[in-house]
Amino acid sequence: MKLYREILFPLIAVLAAFVIGGIVVLLIGDSPIQTYRLLIGSAFSWPDGIGYTLFYATPLIFTGLAVAVAFRCGLLNIGAEGQLYIGAFAAAWFGIKFAGASAWVLLPVCCLAAILAGAIWGGIPGLLKARFGSHEVINTIMLNFVAIALVSYFTQYHYKTPGDPILETVPIGPGAHIARLGKFIPGLPERIPLNFAFILAILACVFVYVLLWKTKWGYEIRATGANPSAAEYGGISIRKQIILAMSISGGLAGMVGINEVLGYRYRYYDGFSANYGFVGIAVALLGRNHPVGVFLAAILFAILLRGGIFVDAYTIHVSKDIVDMLQGIVIILVALRPDAIFGSLKKLSRAKA
Amino acid sequence: MLELRNITKRFGNVLANDSVSFAVQPGTIHAIVGENGAGKSTAMRIAYGFYTADSGDIVIDGQAREIRTPHDAIALGIGMVHQHFMLVEPMTVAENIVLGAEPGNAASLDLRKAAEEIRKVSNEFKLSVDPNATIESLSVGQQQRVELLKALYRRAQLLILDEPTAVLTPQEVEEFFVILRGMREQGKTIVIITHKLSEVLAISDNVTVMRDGRVVGDVKTSATNAAELARMMVGREVLLRVEKPDAKPGAALISVRDFSIAGRDGTKRVDKVSFEVRAGEIVGIAGVEGNGQTELIEALAGLIPGSYVSGSINFEGRDITRLDARARKELGIAHVPEDRHRRGLLLDFSLAENTILGVHYRKPAVTGPGSIFLDQKGIQRRTEQVIRDFDVRPPNPELPARALSGGNQQKLIIGREFELPPKFLLVSQPTRGVDIGAIEFIHRKIVEMRDAGCAVLLVSAELEEVTALSDRLLVIHNGRVVGEVDPKVTTNEEIGLMMTGGRAGTSA
Repeated sequence: MKLYREILFPLIAVLAAFVIGGIVVLLIGDSPIQTYRLLIGSAFSWPDGIGYTLFYATPLIFTGLAVAVAFRCGLLNIGAEGQLYIGAFAAAWFGIKFAGASAWVLLPVCCLAAILAGAIWGGIPGLLKARFGSHEVINTIMLNFVAIALVSYFTQYHYKTPGDPILETVPIGPGAHIARLGKFIPGLPERIPLNFAFILAILACVFVYVLLWKTKWGYEIRATGANPSAAEYGGISIRKQIILAMSISGGLAGMVGINEVLGYRYRYYDGFSANYGFVGIAVALLGRNHPVGVFLAAILFAILLRGGIFVDAYTIHVSKDIVDMLQGIVIILVALRPDAIFGSLKKLSRAKA
Repeated sequence: MLELRNITKRFGNVLANDSVSFAVQPGTIHAIVGENGAGKSTAMRIAYGFYTADSGDIVIDGQAREIRTPHDAIALGIGMVHQHFMLVEPMTVAENIVLGAEPGNAASLDLRKAAEEIRKVSNEFKLSVDPNATIESLSVGQQQRVELLKALYRRAQLLILDEPTAVLTPQEVEEFFVILRGMREQGKTIVIITHKLSEVLAISDNVTVMRDGRVVGDVKTSATNAAELARMMVGREVLLRVEKPDAKPGAALISVRDFSIAGRDGTKRVDKVSFEVRAGEIVGIAGVEGNGQTELIEALAGLIPGSYVSGSINFEGRDITRLDARARKELGIAHVPEDRHRRGLLLDFSLAENTILGVHYRKPAVTGPGSIFLDQKGIQRRTEQVIRDFDVRPPNPELPARALSGGNQQKLIIGREFELPPKFLLVSQPTRGVDIGAIEFIHRKIVEMRDAGCAVLLVSAELEEVTALSDRLLVIHNGRVVGEVDPKVTTNEEIGLMMTGGRAGTSA
């Protein structure tokens, strides 16, 4: 029953969002069916559709997990955006500084750099909350600005190729490159940037599941999120859990850098994130803060993200803004809790009877 | 005045009310008793229009009436006061009372006129409530009178009170009963839902007993007694008195010296308290709620930061004043907290996850390298043991704690703590909101722990409970221990006087 609700309600929210979105498309003057065929259908072609969709989903899985872990501890991490920028830049920095190192050393170091840098950036608001009680929402939002400005500064003034008109760093060493999956999967060309970071994202889902539900640490994180007073009574240090959960959350967000820097552009590119950190909040919300849900929600949002490009190109009136609109409606419907809506509908029908 | 005829109400698979019929005579106080989940609140909520019955009639003054919403009920002269008050804290009494029935027109709210009328009603029923006071400045007892006023202001002839005494101190209960009797004299009819038998006998004219959604008894209060009512409620003989052999106390297990606790606002909550508890005895703390008991128990459990605490706690000859909650639990100090929803349970977690709270990091809850992983089998075994030994129902370890009744939630907590196993037990309000059958069970378990050599420190707002269970009784007032008495020889009146600072007042 519980599982059924957990799956059914997000699904209803998504379907309802598509119905409302369809009405809007109709009012604008396009065919909803054709628009949706472009929006969703393009994701299922092989190899481009599937390859790009999974590539787009990779950062959303990481940020969705990041938000979910914090949320399970009762914390709202609005700072995944800043954490992923810091993580990405840290990965690039090691890749540049030790460009000549062998892949056996450099690749793990760059990956760890992304995770640790993100973890530190996420741990700071955790520490501030644990130590001074300052609210993590405010601090994570503010640290986003700091992070984005900080990496932008370093890119511009210290690591840019002289004369390069684009705001990006010099390339990382070949030892820091992560292989694209096209190298191993027949029929998937290597030009599609889907890379091993996607496999890491799946492993991260497993890791988060095992951590939260199968270990004593996860129990402590979830207990703190469910009822801090009771957790404290159970001998759990709430402060420690807050710092721990925010660090893990930041580390997961930082892993976006592995996909972006080590697997795709092979350098740090300023402003690369398409709001992955913020879409991650939506992903976690729709995925009910569960790794499986996060994975599925990330795929859905990736489909929309990619489909939006085709909608833009091939319809007359509708633009790719429809994607933002659909995301918005989904979130509102999920936040409304369909069970609550059903409850009041039932009451209404009873009152009329 | 009010009559329920064959009211039936189903929630999903649960038959909450099964053809419930009874009549409330005008100008009387009518008690409805039953254990938690017996259907008494459901029946009265149907009368007040919160729920609609699946079948059956509500008859008011001889006429069958449709009551679909509380608005209908109010129009018919029915008022209801809920267990949890519905008041807006920062607003005044008058503002709260007129809320939803504002006088004057849409543009101007005539509060002065309302305050005048409220004062008149308040005086008429001797409620002595100041219409201009803000709710947050009032005591719980006064807030309840505001709720009464709310109903009276809307000209209620029949008042339904849902567990009105649950939040009151013994003194406030007395005052409250005086008010209710006054209202009866003025011709009001009162229905009081409760599960405290002493109160039924003290206040009501008639009593309806419910069990499992059915009416199992409808009697004149003067023609019955507590034992008979309890038997009807539970469906079997119930031991109302705690039976316990004399204590055989051993050596002092814990001794507290010059112990003070400061509140967050800097005031002293507990002031230089010293006492000890010996192995094999139950020491009770009697006092009006809010006199430092809560803080004392929490501090002994290690839940109040060291910076707020001074003095020393010695446990088995070792100073534990600076140890945290986990370290104290490891030494064998168990704690049944006073607020099971806030402190004691993770309501959305399963029973299994709740039975390992506090011991979740050690065997048998964990396994594997470094004891990192939760041992599902070990947890399952422990949960089944607690469920079996403490008769937790329904016995399904996968159920969320929220799904259990108050009594079963409490048994789960007590089971978890009693099977640590502890040497020293901190027990706070062990039977609050718990039905009679479970109370008897919990009392027996506490005495069993004592007889097994455990030291027990017990706090309860129910004076009868602490006097019945304790071997020694400390009376606390304003954060100080004002005396120690032998509960076997000291009367409740004497203890009650000490609790309110009476002795200190006469000697000063």
